[in-house]
Amino acid sequence: MYQYDQYDQQMVDARVAEFRDQARRRLEGKLTEDQFKPLRLMNGLYLQLHAYMLRVAIPYGTLNSRQMIALGDIADKYDRGYGHFTTRQNLQYNWIKLEDAADILADLSKVEMHAIQTSGNCIRNISSDHFAGAAADELVDPRPYAELLRQWSSFHPEFTYLPRKFKICVIAAEKDRAAMRLHDIGIQIVEQDGEIGARFFVGGGMGRTPMIAPMVRDFVPLDQLITYAEACLRVYNRYGRRDNKYKARIKILVHELGAEEYTRQVEEEFAHLLDQGVEPPRAELERIKTYFADPAFEDGPKNVDRSDPDFAVWVDRNTHRHKHDSYVSAVISLKPVGGIPGDATGEQMRLMAKLAKQYSFDEIRIMHTQNVVLPHVKIADLHALWSELHAAGLGAPNMDTIEDMIACPGLDYCSLANARSIPLAQRISERFDASGKTAELGELKLKISGCINACGHHHAGHIGILGVDRKGVENYQLSLGGSEAEDVSLAKITGPGFTEDGVIEAVDTVTDVYLAQREGEERFLDTYRRIGMEPFKEALYG
Amino acid sequence: MANTDLGTSPDDVQFRFREDEMADHGAVTVDAVLEQSNASAVRIEPGDDARLLLPFLDRLALVEVNFPSFADGRGYSVARILREAGYEGELRAVGDVLIDQLSHMRRCGFDSFAPDKRLDEEDAKRAFATWDDVYQRSVDGRTTIPELRHE
Amino acid sequence: MKILTGNDLKTGAVVWWDGSNWSLYVDRAADVGDQGEEIMAREEALRRVNVPYIVEAESSEDGVRPAHIKDRIRALGPTVRQDLTLKPQDPEAIDWVI
Ligand code: HEM
Ligand code: SF4
Repeated sequence: MYQYDQYDQQMVDARVAEFRDQARRRLEGKLTEDQFKPLRLMNGLYLQLHAYMLRVAIPYGTLNSRQMIALGDIADKYDRGYGHFTTRQNLQYNWIKLEDAADILADLSKVEMHAIQTSGNCIRNISSDHFAGAAADELVDPRPYAELLRQWSSFHPEFTYLPRKFKICVIAAEKDRAAMRLHDIGIQIVEQDGEIGARFFVGGGMGRTPMIAPMVRDFVPLDQLITYAEACLRVYNRYGRRDNKYKARIKILVHELGAEEYTRQVEEEFAHLLDQGVEPPRAELERIKTYFADPAFEDGPKNVDRSDPDFAVWVDRNTHRHKHDSYVSAVISLKPVGGIPGDATGEQMRLMAKLAKQYSFDEIRIMHTQNVVLPHVKIADLHALWSELHAAGLGAPNMDTIEDMIACPGLDYCSLANARSIPLAQRISERFDASGKTAELGELKLKISGCINACGHHHAGHIGILGVDRKGVENYQLSLGGSEAEDVSLAKITGPGFTEDGVIEAVDTVTDVYLAQREGEERFLDTYRRIGMEPFKEALYG
Repeated sequence: MANTDLGTSPDDVQFRFREDEMADHGAVTVDAVLEQSNASAVRIEPGDDARLLLPFLDRLALVEVNFPSFADGRGYSVARILREAGYEGELRAVGDVLIDQLSHMRRCGFDSFAPDKRLDEEDAKRAFATWDDVYQRSVDGRTTIPELRHE
Repeated sequence: MKILTGNDLKTGAVVWWDGSNWSLYVDRAADVGDQGEEIMAREEALRRVNVPYIVEAESSEDGVRPAHIKDRIRALGPTVRQDLTLKPQDPEAIDWVI
């Protein structure tokens, strides 16, 4: 994976020093909170419900064991022993002191990590496919392109005070495992006439007005990738709405102008920028690629010994086909039954780091579904790995099932929340585990957000739940039919909302409708698409 | 003429990275420039289209870019667009210009700064020197990190 | 009653105005009547509190209970991690929030 050279290190160190100075000026009263807020946000420091919260970037979701250990150690030393993995391939600490923040950033910089641009109206952490570099179905490894974009977007002088936050995602497979088209810019690396290039989708997003990004360019040559991104951003920086925070995302600009007009403006800017030399030398991409070369895979057994039934279930559910047939990618579920989705203790982080070192060429990935991946596990080692995970309570065999739900922090941690999301997630996983329905339902993506901001991706859930405030009481809206994958779609609300108990019943009810109506191998989503909303409504509201 | 009292005076300029004489007269609006005034100083507001000025760059000695709020980043694009088009006169950031925006402004081509509230000299000096090297090509002519890596 | 809350500037801890100081315990919160804005402006300028705001609450013999669930969660801690709240042992603490 990528390693900093002296320049990258110097950038991050300079940022730590700069932030230390800013925090000092805030504590001395030279900066007001209004002035300090955007600065701390650009270093991932929020003021949340219980304390400051620090969001650490995990660029394109990749990290090594040393970095994972550092994250665990920070959880123990500066926080209360745990962290929360998010849908944006970040890690959030919930109990941070302003006085400690610069020291934490310094600790992070020692392992080539940072919290730069994990908040604020700037280009955020670049996300990617969690099986990148390992998946059997990818065209190329998308991470070198993501790293090129990471460097370009770090401390970008022109794009640090955009109308609103800006999220970029890069994938390189037909299968979309990263919700690519729900990003401000989604880039798919594609091949055309034997050439590799980038397909640009612009103007997707969730939040209060979810939109699927339209394609604006089907092929950008690789030696113009950064220039094209720069053109997309410049048009947005100049014309994105600044009069209303809720209309400031690029999706609104693209929607209001129309994809065609937006594209025309981008192409015009692009033609102009091509003369400005903004593209890094092509040799830079080649340099970055060398860091993502395959590890030394060895041939070995290709079949799993399935004699242990618990193990076999986990293999079927939690492993993914690898490009080398003696290996698989293994998913470590952070969704134990009744647990808090995405939370991991310092101790668990160190254990996962140890296992990565032992079994996965020292590599770890964070999934947007708030789980962890060991990308390169030898099939011969799988049972040993599983045994250790199982013993540590990290062996839940539930990837992509209803128990593998996404849940945002909700009202237990988030000051913007209307309702709690975590208790719902806990009760639903307990209920479906107890009834044994989870396995029967197969792939079913449940996504829960505690407010309209949609951090929990509820618009993209096969089943989505949105927390709302109904006269001071928590209330929940149910929606069906969303998908973040290559068959991307936005979920539709079923009807009136429910109480906490009511929405859990409602989830049970809609899964019953599915089981009664399913044909053949259909997933919940397929059945919904075939039969439509009516039968579900009928069962819910009678 | 309308609006001749627009703009900052030399006294308001706290930092300047040019040797030439400072223009000592008010600026006019972008609209006024387009309406054929002979003014050599113009003031750009966030909603203005800087590209409209491109035919007139030769006769401009001072362009002021107003930042009514530091959080409105349109002025950064304005600055780069003018420099990319070859503008060599003074480019002054005025308004809600704070310590922590100085280095990015400089990189986008601003070479003079007239903050509403005078800034701490020490803090500002540190801010201008924040980055030894930079990732992106901008109009400041600096060799970028990707270029340094492949020299 | 009207009470004041905010976060400690240095630590970020949730605090409540007790009439002369900022306390971790909502039960000590003082009724500020119409003095809220004035106290907040003064205390913020002194950097004794960060982003303070006024909260409606009810006072009874059981203590002070903010009107909105969000402030009750702030007062106690996350309902899903009682071990991290101010009342890790109290079986009724979570019910008080909800
Ligand atoms: C607790 C602190 C958090 C705050 C204050 C926060 C705030 C927000 C806001 C305001 C939006 C809406 C942006 C818009 O529509 O313009 C948003 C969107 C989003 N956030 Fe969060 N969020 C938080 C935590 C999280 C967490 C924990 C995750 C991951 C689980 C997350 C991932 C996302 C995603 C994926 C979106 C929607 C995608 C988009 O349209 O950008 N956020 N967040
Ligand atoms: S969806 Fe709302 S409640 Fe959930 S984390 Fe985002 S902002 Fe907070």
